[in-house]
Amino acid sequence: MPQMTDERVRARLREEDLSLLHEVSMKTAGVSHLEMCIQCGTCGGSCPSAMDMEHTPRMLFAMLRAGMRDEVLRSNTPWLCVSCYHCVVRCPQEVHIADVMYTLKSMAIQAKLYSDSTAPHFSQTFVDMVETFGRSFEFGLASRHYLRHFPLRLPGMLPMGFGMITKGRMAITPKKIKHMDQLKSILKRASQLELTS
Amino acid sequence: MNKYILYPGCSMESSGKAYGESINTILEPLDLHFEEIDDWNCCGATEYLGINLIPAYSLIARNLALASKQMNGTRTVVAPCSACYLNLAKADYYMQERPSLGVKVNEALEAGGLSYVPGTLDVRHLIDVLVHDVGVDAIQKAVVRPLHGLKVAPYMGCMLPRPDYQHRWTDHEHPTELDDLLRALGADVIDYPLTTECCGGHMTQIGPETAFELIMRLVADADERGAHLMATVCPMCQMNIDAYQNEMNHFFKTDYHMPILFFTQLMGLAFGKEPGEVGIGTELVSARNALAHIGIEVPVTHEPAAPRKKDEGLPMPRRWTKQEGKEAVK
Repeated sequence: MPQMTDERVRARLREEDLSLLHEVSMKTAGVSHLEMCIQCGTCGGSCPSAMDMEHTPRMLFAMLRAGMRDEVLRSNTPWLCVSCYHCVVRCPQEVHIADVMYTLKSMAIQAKLYSDSTAPHFSQTFVDMVETFGRSFEFGLASRHYLRHFPLRLPGMLPMGFGMITKGRMAITPKKIKHMDQLKSILKRASQLELTS
Repeated sequence: MNKYILYPGCSMESSGKAYGESINTILEPLDLHFEEIDDWNCCGATEYLGINLIPAYSLIARNLALASKQMNGTRTVVAPCSACYLNLAKADYYMQERPSLGVKVNEALEAGGLSYVPGTLDVRHLIDVLVHDVGVDAIQKAVVRPLHGLKVAPYMGCMLPRPDYQHRWTDHEHPTELDDLLRALGADVIDYPLTTECCGGHMTQIGPETAFELIMRLVADADERGAHLMATVCPMCQMNIDAYQNEMNHFFKTDYHMPILFFTQLMGLAFGKEPGEVGIGTELVSARNALAHIGIEVPVTHEPAAPRKKDEGLPMPRRWTKQEGKEAVK
């Protein structure tokens, strides 16, 4: 057993530290029920992308309870969540698992603790487009994202992109909402707020 | 006339254009009237929630606030896209479940001169309105060209029947609403157990191998069960299964050809509309052969040119042979 773990266990014996679990639960929209996890593993067993995850959701929640902040935020698990909500409807404790995953993503971005930047960059690019135009802009998003992360996929994607454009399914110029200034001031104010209670 | 407030969502104007077009063709036969939310914005899809919580919910709530100003005899917002529907419904529900979220979101909305009282609106998906308000019987009465003999795999996707905050569906994993609706159109609905499995969502963009695996399962199962095509209720599912099927085939060295249409396109056809009117021909995996099974002919539009063979090289001006030159002079 590595020294560090040993010391952490001793610390746990002195005073159970559930601050990480509470922090995540608090930052999650709705009432997360995260504290109620009974480690049954239904979530991992229901997950369509569990095969590619470093930790199943069950493991991740145990790690939160154990205060393993770095390991949790570095895990690829939240980034592989496809938001299919299979686990959410099957969880006997009604934990808002998908929403906890969203919280973990935002915490990992804030702490800059992710191992693969593809997913965070994609989310950020999407959000940039929305914050600029008020609407999603698929052509801008796809071209920027693929050039940055999948340049080798581009040649194979060309027929698809060409088909989407010629069939009128992808505009090469963005659409903008009328009251962009209103949306910008809402988002600016929102970014200064945090969910604390 | 039944009035509803419409939140179209971004894809209705781009990748899911056929969905928007076909919805417009079914409103009149069913006596529905949709009024679009004025100056609506993107719902943030599955991306914004993972970046920053309060801005993400404020983005969604701006639409709810705008819609609540347009309540003119109705409090129901209809969203045809499953992701938009879930985001709007989720924001409304969570602001009630956790009042402090509602307070913060309203603080942000105030900066734009807006406000929203959680619970004011009723957020529903298009198929929910069609099956539960209009009713399967009324839909069946509007059918003039039954789709007899068309084998359809009903694909509900995941974000519609789950998490189901308002308990609207017969089941979270095997709901039968889409089956009932397609059957009312006369279609031959096949048994499709994967109906609420995931299409990969945004994984086609960030982890294609995970996504291809999921797309493969859905397409292979529909194919094995003899479906001519799949019917979907979500632009994201349509995009993933249609536009990425070719790349998925390359990846697994398979040769599937499984068209996927929006359920409203099939409704339009059954209501007697022409394929062009309901956006058929915009799918990348062509539904022409599938629809030929029931005698519906899809006119040929711009087919992309067949790829050149490698040894052909670049297209060059053809050289005239001496013989041809002589003939030309004559």
